[in-house]
Amino acid sequence: MPSLFTPLKPVAPTLRTVLAVACFALFFLGWGVATYGGFVKPLFLASPGDTLVAGVALFREFGFAEDIAVTVWRVFAGFAMAAAVAVPLGILMGAFKPVEAFFEGFVSFARYLPASAFIPLLILWAGVGEFQKILVIFIGSVFQLIIMVAVIVAGIRTDLVEAAYTLGAKRKGVVLRVLLPASAPQIFEALRLVLGWAWTYVIVAELVGASRGIGHMIIDAQRFLDTGQMIFGIFVIGLIGLITDFLFQAVNARLFPWARSR
Amino acid sequence: MSKLSIRGVEKTFPARRGTAATRALEPTSLEVADNDFITILGPSGCGKSTLLRVVAGLETPSGGEVLLDGQGVAGPGPDRGMVFQSYTLFPWLSVRDNVCFGLRERGMARAEQLAIADRFLAQVGLKGFENHFPAQLSGGMQQRTALARALANDPKILLLDEPFGALDHQTRELMQELLLGIWEADRKTVLFVTHDIDEAIFMASRVVVMSARPGRIKCDIAIDLPHPRSYKIKTTPAFAAYKERLTEEIRVETIKTLSMEA
Repeated sequence: MPSLFTPLKPVAPTLRTVLAVACFALFFLGWGVATYGGFVKPLFLASPGDTLVAGVALFREFGFAEDIAVTVWRVFAGFAMAAAVAVPLGILMGAFKPVEAFFEGFVSFARYLPASAFIPLLILWAGVGEFQKILVIFIGSVFQLIIMVAVIVAGIRTDLVEAAYTLGAKRKGVVLRVLLPASAPQIFEALRLVLGWAWTYVIVAELVGASRGIGHMIIDAQRFLDTGQMIFGIFVIGLIGLITDFLFQAVNARLFPWARSR
Repeated sequence: MSKLSIRGVEKTFPARRGTAATRALEPTSLEVADNDFITILGPSGCGKSTLLRVVAGLETPSGGEVLLDGQGVAGPGPDRGMVFQSYTLFPWLSVRDNVCFGLRERGMARAEQLAIADRFLAQVGLKGFENHFPAQLSGGMQQRTALARALANDPKILLLDEPFGALDHQTRELMQELLLGIWEADRKTVLFVTHDIDEAIFMASRVVVMSARPGRIKCDIAIDLPHPRSYKIKTTPAFAAYKERLTEEIRVETIKTLSMEA
């Protein structure tokens, strides 16, 4: 047994799966004991069974599928906008030091502004429609992503760049055919991380002035003290996160097979 | 006229916080004739790599100038192919596409690129590995690919910065034979930096010895051994005589370096 806990020693794939499933099982077990055992009042925490029943009701009677679709669309729209701005700008900042000097201070400042604090302002500017929700996600992710991409690109091995120059590459060739492909797997990884944060912003945005979406459903359920619905909503977010994470990793491995043995 | 003229090139790295300015290279002059194979031999830290990097255009000299075919060198370019000590293959490109890199930057048609790449890959003995990625190759194979990549560009001069320094002794000797064989076939002008005396003598038509920091040329010895040379030449009395002389020259410099560091 002690050999299993040797630092950095890999674990067999089957055992890995068993351990991951065991953690979930333990979680549900603890939850079941707390609720079915009568240790927690249903008012505060619904049992796993009640949560499931509430979930089914959500889909059947309250059109929860539409809420999910709306939220997913908001996340991806806001995230796509953030990526469309942050990836090119981050690459330029990483590659060209004057661009970095110009933007770095401001972006670092903006990065610490909590996106949720912008919600009242954004409602003033953009109303309570879709665009306002998307803007919250955009503001929450774009500055983080810019800095991450800039750091990744700036960290690309200089000897690869030098090799490209001695092979006749010019400035444009170095950026497009060395810096970009060299940093692509890590940029992809940064996108995956930031997408996770985008999910927290969308729920916050939907807690205020929304008429649809998972966050709105949770707030609605709170009014009726329906903990089952609230918990089910939170679970759905986690599940979607898990699936996108998995997809991102699969696409990453497929697009950049050369980077797998890093 | 010389192929390459190094005229009074010197390099001082500016002072940084806490350290004084470092004089890496005293004013150095060297004339390289067409078809010469010159090895620059010196103890580590003698500025031999700095000199090579100035010729490559990767380092701006503090004084002096470098002329290639009478033209001043300003910045790196495809007329001076370079192989680095570190592995600088582009990890996202296959072996074949690595060799095509410079040709592609030049805008050559793809079919032509492939024909040239395959010819040079065959020359360095990598037929059958065209579609491998760098991570799948041994160190020796990576450096052979890097050599093919530099040669495919048909540079006027080939610059090699301890390209076999990270390889094991046996692989290293085979690589020397390979490079010498290629040189004997097309007599491309070569400037080769090394700290290995055997390597310096075996391949060179001239060995240039550099002194300890600040670097300057200490002596310039023509190696009058017949071509084609086989590895067996390393055990001949003539080879041993060169080795004895160069060992003395280098030993003095190494002792100087050590006492400087002490």
